[in-house]
Amino acid sequence: MTVLVIAEHNNSELNAATLAAITAATQLKDAVNLLIAGSGCSSVAEAAAKVQGVSRVLLADAPAYEHQLAENVAPLVVRLAEGHTHLLMPATTNGKNLMPRVAALLDVAQISDIIAIKSTDCFQRPIYAGNVIATVQSKDSLKVVTVRATAFEPAIAEGGNAMIDQVEASGDLELCRWERDDVTESTRPDLAQAEVVVSGGRGLGSAENFQLLEALADKLGAAIGASRAAVDAGFVSNDLQVGQTGKVVAPKLYIAVGISGAIQHLAGMKESKVIVAINKDEDAPIFQIADYGIVGDLFDILPALSAELDRSVN
Amino acid sequence: MKVLVAVKRVVDYNVKVRPNGDGSDVEIANAKMSMNPFDEIAVEEAVRMKEAGTATEVVAISLGEAACQDVVRTALAMGMDRGVLVETDARLEPLTVAKLLAAIVKREQFDLVILGKQAIDDDSNQTGQMLAALLGWPQGTFASHVVVDDDRVQVTRETDTGSQTLSFKLPGVVTSDLRLNEPRYVKLPNIMKAKKKHLEKITPLELDVDISTHLETIAVAEPTQRSGGIKVSDAKELVDKLRNEARVI
Ligand SMILES: Cc1cc2nc3c(=O)[nH]c(=O)nc-3n(C[C@H](O)[C@H](O)[C@H](O)COP(=O)(O)OP(=O)(O)OC[C@H]3O[C@@H](n4cnc5c(N)ncnc54)[C@H](O)[C@@H]3O)c2cc1C
Ligand SMILES: Nc1ncnc2c1ncn2[C@@H]1O[C@H](COP(=O)(O)O)[C@@H](O)[C@H]1O
Repeated sequence: MTVLVIAEHNNSELNAATLAAITAATQLKDAVNLLIAGSGCSSVAEAAAKVQGVSRVLLADAPAYEHQLAENVAPLVVRLAEGHTHLLMPATTNGKNLMPRVAALLDVAQISDIIAIKSTDCFQRPIYAGNVIATVQSKDSLKVVTVRATAFEPAIAEGGNAMIDQVEASGDLELCRWERDDVTESTRPDLAQAEVVVSGGRGLGSAENFQLLEALADKLGAAIGASRAAVDAGFVSNDLQVGQTGKVVAPKLYIAVGISGAIQHLAGMKESKVIVAINKDEDAPIFQIADYGIVGDLFDILPALSAELDRSVN
Repeated sequence: MKVLVAVKRVVDYNVKVRPNGDGSDVEIANAKMSMNPFDEIAVEEAVRMKEAGTATEVVAISLGEAACQDVVRTALAMGMDRGVLVETDARLEPLTVAKLLAAIVKREQFDLVILGKQAIDDDSNQTGQMLAALLGWPQGTFASHVVVDDDRVQVTRETDTGSQTLSFKLPGVVTSDLRLNEPRYVKLPNIMKAKKKHLEKITPLELDVDISTHLETIAVAEPTQRSGGIKVSDAKELVDKLRNEARVI
């Protein structure tokens, strides 16, 4: 019996979160199949075949899968489910959108956002914004699971040699029409993968002031993140939100600037290796989890920090 | 267009939940309970549809113990026309909630169901997608903008890379993200009026839905806590620490 991982990709590249899901899959079974459902996505399948731990790549290449609409992809996954013990996908927005639809069609429960595998039917996952970790056992014979990418090391992307099998595509059910994607363009590292993240909150005060963070991020090769308050206020786009209902990140270094540290924000960043907080309120909860804190006005500290990084290049 | 909105009663988002003494469950006996924040947004969206004349009737539903009628009443005070409580003391999983909702939808022929994207207690983010699957309907999840135009709905969704816009013909399911709207405050006279609105109670048995569980929570525990660190006096000291002590830059 085998695990089926559903890949997250954009028809040209495999999303790095998929590599974490593959690692989770290898902890469950020796044999891991990887499904690439997309359109004109053979390059993704070729890259996927090289990922260590993948035994077989299933390629479903058809126009109906171009935007990976759940309405079209779910029946495909259901058809391929037979012969697999687990269906895994990273807990990205695509994974969250697709997998519950798959689970319901199969009449099984879903275990969302796992952070550890105890056995083939027992998993750990955060609940209540990460205040509590639940250990959950599934009675279903087939387990549908989404995987928190920050909790598993990425599988090694080179050196594998899996076979690529074409699988027959189902047609477009025409339940749902894709209209457009509005992708936020950025030259920075991907927030979910970056080694350093500089995040701003309501304390930044305006979209213009985020340029102060940009300057710091430039010097550190960092991604930019934000609190919900900063996104709601329109300082930055929604895909930068870190937290319970945004992205979960775990970089080597997370710098929280003008962020108070609400539990919903901490839920998305408290697994970072080193946390720095810059806040003018010495009682801000963020300081309780920060390794290094500076109490002061961010408008003084950010320029000083950028200047200091310039000065002290060893 | 008839609209159904699912509202869950959850521990208020300001409460820091902890495991109980023996780690078998969470300790929430005396915690403040509220409507799931995403469901408030779902209710607000439905009420606006009613006010705009695109919805003919807007109905709020909650599933769970008797006390869940509190959040239905709140939804009625926000402007929903009537309420339904599917009453049971059993623990409900998202799949079961979806099955019960599907039974209600079939009974009453709703055109649109709006749910929150995620319940902030179990953080599952499943129910809306499961409901859409069970009904064979399209789904517009994590919605930040919804436009109803006759029998078509256009949904803009928040994604990992920005946003995506989809459209589908009704019936369908929408789940709300935080930026869909800002829910109104409930005014006192409306709370009084809500008491007179109709609230139907029904059981899973009457809906002929199997509510047996697929999952078992065998333990709950606190996550590993971070030990608080130190305060540094200025940017210079911070850079020095990051470079020479933490070695992360
Ligand atoms: C259902 C739900 C889900 C949520 N999900 C998320 C989520 O995913 N992510 C998230 O982040 N939040 C989320 N929230 C919101 C969360 O509860 C907080 O409201 C939010 O994180 C606060 O953002 P903030 O820290 O930027 O703003 P505030 O709490 O207003 O904090 C601003 C901070 O900036 C400091 N400050 C101001 N000016 C300066 C200055 N000049 N120099 C230095 N410091 C300054 C202040 O001292 C303050 O501590 C959610 C809430 C709900 C109800
Ligand atoms: N017991 C319930 N009663 C009412 N609505 C619910 C219930 N459980 C889930 N929902 C709805 O489903 C959404 C997603 O919940 P979940 O899948 O548990 O994260 C919630 O925001 C509610 O709209």
